[in-house]
Amino acid sequence: MTAMISLQQIEKRYPGTAAPAVDGLSLDIAEGETVALVGPSGCGKTTTLKMINRLIEPTGGRLLLDGTDVLQRDPVDLRRGIGYVIQQTGLMPHRTVRQNMATVPNLLGWSDEQTAPRIEELTEIFDLDPELLDRYPAELSGGQRQRVGVARALAADPPVMLMDEPFAAVDPIVRARLQDQFLDIQERLNKTIVFVTHDIDEAIKLSDRIAILNVGAKLEQYAPAEEILREPANDFVREFVGAERGLKRLALIKVGDIPLEDGPVVAPTATADQARQAIEDGGFDFVSVIADGELLGWVDRDMLAGKATVADSTPRPFTAYVTARDSLRQALDSIVTSRTGVAVVATEGQRYKGILTLERISQEIIS
Amino acid sequence: MIAALVTLAGVIAQEDTEPLIRWIWITDHLDDILSRGLQHLYLTVASVGIGFAIAFPLAVLASRRRKVAPPITWLLGVLYTIPAIAFIFLLLPVTGFSLTTVAIPLIAYSLLILFRNTLAGLDGVDADVKEAALGMGLSRRQVLWKVEIPLALPVVIAGLRIATVSAIGLVTIAALIGRGGFGQFIQLGLQTFFWTPLLVGVVLSVVMAFLADVLLLGIQRLATPWTRASSTRVLVT
Amino acid sequence: MNGFLDGIQWIVNPAHWSGVDGVPSRLWEHVQLSVIALILASLIAIPLGLLVGHTRRGTFLTAQFANLGRAVPSFAVLSVTYLVVIKISPKLAFGSVPTIAALILLAFPVILINTLVGIQQVDADTIEAARGIGMNGRQVLMQLEVPMATPLIMTGLRLAAVLIVATAGLAALVAGGGLGRYVVDGFALQETDRVVAGAILIAILAIATDVLFSFLAKLASPRLRSTDGRKQPPRLISVPTKQV
Repeated sequence: MTAMISLQQIEKRYPGTAAPAVDGLSLDIAEGETVALVGPSGCGKTTTLKMINRLIEPTGGRLLLDGTDVLQRDPVDLRRGIGYVIQQTGLMPHRTVRQNMATVPNLLGWSDEQTAPRIEELTEIFDLDPELLDRYPAELSGGQRQRVGVARALAADPPVMLMDEPFAAVDPIVRARLQDQFLDIQERLNKTIVFVTHDIDEAIKLSDRIAILNVGAKLEQYAPAEEILREPANDFVREFVGAERGLKRLALIKVGDIPLEDGPVVAPTATADQARQAIEDGGFDFVSVIADGELLGWVDRDMLAGKATVADSTPRPFTAYVTARDSLRQALDSIVTSRTGVAVVATEGQRYKGILTLERISQEIIS
Repeated sequence: MIAALVTLAGVIAQEDTEPLIRWIWITDHLDDILSRGLQHLYLTVASVGIGFAIAFPLAVLASRRRKVAPPITWLLGVLYTIPAIAFIFLLLPVTGFSLTTVAIPLIAYSLLILFRNTLAGLDGVDADVKEAALGMGLSRRQVLWKVEIPLALPVVIAGLRIATVSAIGLVTIAALIGRGGFGQFIQLGLQTFFWTPLLVGVVLSVVMAFLADVLLLGIQRLATPWTRASSTRVLVT
Repeated sequence: MNGFLDGIQWIVNPAHWSGVDGVPSRLWEHVQLSVIALILASLIAIPLGLLVGHTRRGTFLTAQFANLGRAVPSFAVLSVTYLVVIKISPKLAFGSVPTIAALILLAFPVILINTLVGIQQVDADTIEAARGIGMNGRQVLMQLEVPMATPLIMTGLRLAAVLIVATAGLAALVAGGGLGRYVVDGFALQETDRVVAGAILIAILAIATDVLFSFLAKLASPRLRSTDGRKQPPRLISVPTKQV
């Protein structure tokens, strides 16, 4: 399959410096893929990104975009077909949000009839308050500006988008929300995206494949996050990925993806003796109380003492439970903090699904 | 300061038989006042206009090729330092008693301010905005006209205001060669020890400067609606 | 070009270098007027600027006053001052008093506003830190604000000096002396070479003053550069309204 973007031994050498900023990098990005370029400061990741839309001219190598040589095309023309988002957004302060978003469509000669509905569409996709459209960027919050910046880049529906540390300039809470929105949007639009980040966790969260770059844009490893975490290619990658690789890997697996254990259960109408038997059989120190599939809580031996039925012992609700959408890492967190020593899995509506034990979770990483 | 002096003069004048302002003189000379006013206006507008037409492209050039900026600034600065009286009388043998003799120095003086302000305005445009614009696919020319110049406008117009107010004041000196607009009345008053024309000349010059300043400020406000917007913030959604 | 050369010839003519109307004499008159006016104006304007800037009281009024002063043409100030002086005391009118008074009035706003802005743009954080370590008001002023305001104060002095030298050229119009005499007298006598000579001399003096004060300014503040790399806003204040 031909790649959407193909970097072939591209090089960037600046006059007066001995070592090139980008020293012969080769990389292929498939259509619809989201690739993260990650590496330490000064490794050449931003330079590489900017060579794709020729904001920086390569001094060597070939760069193909959808089969055509980027260097043969008019750079201005090229850029109108690529979405570009930078850290500070670079929104034009003297234009309203609407006018900012309409920039590339206008450059391409779209009529008003074509542009207006597109802007409405973007407003909906990016969850923007329509009232903001006629405001100036200075009147928006940081998070709103970032979203407008990305929306603006997608206005003319380019197949490819380049992003340079797009979420670095906002605080962590806003960043997390923007990242989640980005994932949703990417699912809907399926663009080919290359983004630069220095944050490995962001790269793990958002990308299909990660390119770990060293100084001179030397490619140390280029693989999906899961593989990099499981088998780092060398010490550099291992160190760059950082500590707690195991936990990071767990964050990539969803509870719903692995089979659960049934766990010990009783009905509220059961007798204390039956409950005690269930506890015994289960091998844990507690038993879950389920009524018609609905999770009511748990009881242990102490709570059962002197009571006739389970209901009399007033089952305690679980302080934490996880859903199928949560990650194993969250499940682990739940286990560590609960008195029962397991993670209870239920749906949003408290329908009981099963339990996860520590052993079961670690099996996922060890395998 | 002028007000203080005038009040002082007024107080003193009470003791004189001569009133401070002979209104009859003003009504008698309305034609004169008008024609001098037009001369004053014409000289100002023409000089600042031509000055801007020269300074603006120079500044755009200087913002692209930085090396050019210091020598241009130096040269324009030297011209700026030459006193008006010197400049006018240096030109006299060459251009004679004409409006040109007044216009050339005025143009020269406006160059420095307009050049510096335009350059500063262009330099002040956020580099990120320019980069994003380029990245989106605006050509260099489009970035200049659609992004840099509009964003530089407040500073450029501030320069126009200063240049215009300066020019209005400097025109008065050309009274020495009979082309001084309202300055002629100042000279008349000075030579004949007559307060009325003097005050007419001074007041009208200052009023003209004030009006020009306000007008240009108004134009700037109209042309840059986004500068007002930065004080309002929308609720976070 | 001819007229220009005539003027040069007039200047280099040794006959014009002696007597009351000789070049050295007129030059000296001109310089005297200028120096006296500059010193007197500074004596009031600088302390006032420092005071207002340091206490931050009355800044608005002061700024408005200074702005107003800049808008009035120098020719107007000169003429009005002259007539006022005549009214008050006709005797004084035929000396340097009207001229010096007018020069002071013109230079005052320039020095004042530059001093004021100079003090105002001293970083508020630095001042707060200084207060925090126990410096009192006067120490903050003398040891911190004044040194940091020096570049702008020097700029104000430079601009005022050039303004004064240039306006002193007009002094001859109000029966004063100085190099302007050549222009005015030559004009009256239709001696173009004298007129041009006067113009050339005034121009040279003005430029020399500018250069001199630029040099003095460098001497007075050699090491004052922002150390934190913050981008300085363009110093547009240092290009004032051209008044003469």
